[in-house]
Amino acid sequence: MKFRGKIIDVSCLNHFTRVVTTISKLTKLCVLRLTPDHLFFVLSGKVANGGVSMWCELSQANFFDEYQMEGVSSEDNEICLEVTPENLSRALKTVQNAKSVKVKLTKKHCPCLTIAAELPTLSSISRVVTHDVPVNVIPRRLWHEFKEPSMPDFDVSIYLPPLKTMKSVVDRMKNLSNFLVIEANLNGQMNLKIETDLVSVTTHFKDLGNPPWGEDASQEDSASQSRDPETMAEARVDIRRLQQFLMGQQVNPSKAMCNIVCQRVVHLILLHEDVSLQYFIPAVA
Amino acid sequence: MDCVVTGGNVKVLAKAILSLSRIGDELYVEPQDDGLALRSVNSSRSAYGCFLFAPLFFTRYTIPNGQDFRCKMAIKSVQAVFRSLASLEKTVEKCHIELDKKKNRLTFTLHCKHGLLKTHNLSFQDSESLQAVFDKESYANVFRAQPRLLADTVVHFPSSLDEVTMSVNDDRMWFRNHVEDEAELSKAMQTELCLASDEFDHFAVRAHNSVTFCLKELRGLLVFAESANLPISIYFDEPGSPVVLSVTDSVLEGNFVLATLSDDSHQRKDNTRRAQTPPPPPPDDFMNDDIDSYLIAMDTSMAPGPSSAGPPTPPLAKSTYSKQPVAAYHRTRIHSEEEEEEKEETDDSDRPPNKKFCSLFFGSVLPPSSQMSTQPVTNQEVLASDSEDDTQAE
Repeated sequence: MKFRGKIIDVSCLNHFTRVVTTISKLTKLCVLRLTPDHLFFVLSGKVANGGVSMWCELSQANFFDEYQMEGVSSEDNEICLEVTPENLSRALKTVQNAKSVKVKLTKKHCPCLTIAAELPTLSSISRVVTHDVPVNVIPRRLWHEFKEPSMPDFDVSIYLPPLKTMKSVVDRMKNLSNFLVIEANLNGQMNLKIETDLVSVTTHFKDLGNPPWGEDASQEDSASQSRDPETMAEARVDIRRLQQFLMGQQVNPSKAMCNIVCQRVVHLILLHEDVSLQYFIPAVA
Repeated sequence: MDCVVTGGNVKVLAKAILSLSRIGDELYVEPQDDGLALRSVNSSRSAYGCFLFAPLFFTRYTIPNGQDFRCKMAIKSVQAVFRSLASLEKTVEKCHIELDKKKNRLTFTLHCKHGLLKTHNLSFQDSESLQAVFDKESYANVFRAQPRLLADTVVHFPSSLDEVTMSVNDDRMWFRNHVEDEAELSKAMQTELCLASDEFDHFAVRAHNSVTFCLKELRGLLVFAESANLPISIYFDEPGSPVVLSVTDSVLEGNFVLATLSDDSHQRKDNTRRAQTPPPPPPDDFMNDDIDSYLIAMDTSMAPGPSSAGPPTPPLAKSTYSKQPVAAYHRTRIHSEEEEEEKEETDDSDRPPNKKFCSLFFGSVLPPSSQMSTQPVTNQEVLASDSEDDTQAE
C-alpha cells in the first residue's frame, strides 16, 4: 500500500480544503477510499451515526498535480482508511498559502496521513510544517460496507432552493422543534414544516423545478410519471441532521437536489463540476 | 501614585494588560522608581509575566516618596477599563491613573474625544511584591524573532493544544505539539514545524536541547508583541528550567517566564540520583511534580501579609521574612521538609496527571525597595529546581 499526492495549485488546495471541511462538519469519523482515479469520503449508515450515510466523490486529477497510489493488491487496487476529517481539515487550513502540499500515507508511531507543506519564507530555506493525522487502515474484508449507495427508488426529485435561504429557515425552525417534515411534489414545490403542540410553521418554496432523470432512472420515471404532480411526498427527519448538512456547506454547488422516498429517506445531492456529495437522512416516524 | 498615559501608549498599556490576563487572574501593580511594574502569575505558579513601563513611557509619572505602595486587583476589572480595544486608539486621548488614598481606590480616568470622561474606581488589595527569580543572561540558547514569525508558527497548532516542545540545533528550530500520553499518540494529530536559523534576527545555540512549555502564554505575549511590533527574544536552557520570553524597547520591557516540563530527562535523573544519594525514596514519589511543595513555600511566606497592618516597618519585615531570601535564593532544607510532608498527605491520584512542570521560584518578600526592581535579578540562581537538586544540596 502506497499513497502520495501533491497539490501545487493554490485554488486546488483551497477547493480540496473546503471539501474536507464540509465533510468534517458532517461527521467526526469517516472512511477515505483511495483509488487510482478517485478519492471517496464515505460514511455508511450505521445506527451510531443516526442512520445517516454519506458519499463524497472527488476526481483526483482535478485536485492533485501528482498522484501515485498502489492498493492492497493489483486486483484490489484501493486503500481504505478511517480518518478524522476534522484533523485533515485543520491541517489543510493552516497551509493555505503553501508553495506545495504533499499528502502521504506514512508509517509513524501508527499509520498516518502526513500532510507536509512547504511554506514561503523570506529566507532561502523554506519553512516546512508536517501534520501527522493518525488513521486506521481498514482491512479488505470490511470494504463491502463502503460501497457506493444505490440510488433510492424515490417518489419525488426536486432542485433545492439556495442553501443559505434553506439554512436560515431550518435554523429558526430548530428552535421550535426537533423534527422537520420535508415534502415536495413534481410541480416544483417544496415545503419545510414543523408541527408541535403549540405551533405549526410551514415555509413554502415554489418553482424549484424537478430534475429530469434519464433512462437509467426509467423505473422511477414510470412511477413518478403516473404520479399526480400536485401530490406531496413527505419524510419526517431529525432537524439536526438537516441543519448539519446545511451548516457545513462550503462547496458552492452548481446543482443541489433532493430526492424523497415517502416516509423512508431524504437523499440530498450536491454537484460541483468535480465533486459530488450525497447525503442520506433516514426518515423517522 | 499619579501617572498619565497619552496617545498610542494607552493601547500599548491595554495590550500589555490583555496579554497578562492570559497568565493569571490578578494584576499586581507596583509603582517603582524605575517605572510602573505590572505583573501576573498563574495559579499553579508555572507562568509569570511582567511589564515594566519606564517613567518616560508616561507624560507624567510621580510616585509617593519613601512610601511603598503595591497592590493587586482582579485583572478582569482592569481589562474592563480598556474595553473595546479596537476603538481605544481612536477614542481615548489620555489615560490618567491615580491612587485615591482616602477612598482606597485606584482610579483610571479615560479622557475621550468630545470631552467625554470615563472614570473607573477599582478596589484593590495590598499585596506582597511578586518577583520571579530568573537570569536570562545565563541561558545557553538565545533567539530573537519578529512577532510575525512566531505568530505564523503557533497558528499551525490547534487552540486547544496546551503545550509545545521547542527543540534546537545549530541552524534549526523545531516546534512540535506535546502529547502527554502514549495512548493518545494514536489518536492525536502530530504537528511539527521547522524554522531555519536565518528566519531569526538572532540565533545563538550553545546547547541542543528541547523544552516543553505552555502555548497559551506565548500566544498572550504575541498579542502584545504583534500590536507593538516588537521582536520577541527567547531564552532557554534545559528541560525543567524556565523559558524566558522578552520584549524590549526604549520605554518598556516585558518578560514572560514559563516553566518547562522536566519529564523528558526523568530516566536519567532517576539513575544519577540513585547513584548519588544513599536512601532514595521510591522513584514514583520522586517523580511527583513539585508544584505543590513550592506553592506551600510561597503560601507560608504570604500568610502574615501586611494587608491590614499597612506597610510593615523594615525591622518587622526583616524578622518575619528572614527565611525568605534563603528559601528563594538557595534551595534549602525548608523546602524539602515541606515537600516531604506534602507527599505524605497527598495521594498521587490527586495530582494533575503527568504534568511535571517545575514551578517558578519567587522572591516573594518585602525587601527594601531599592532591592526590588523588575529588572531580572542577575547573579542569582536560575529558578525552578526540581527535587533532585533539593536533596543533593543536603
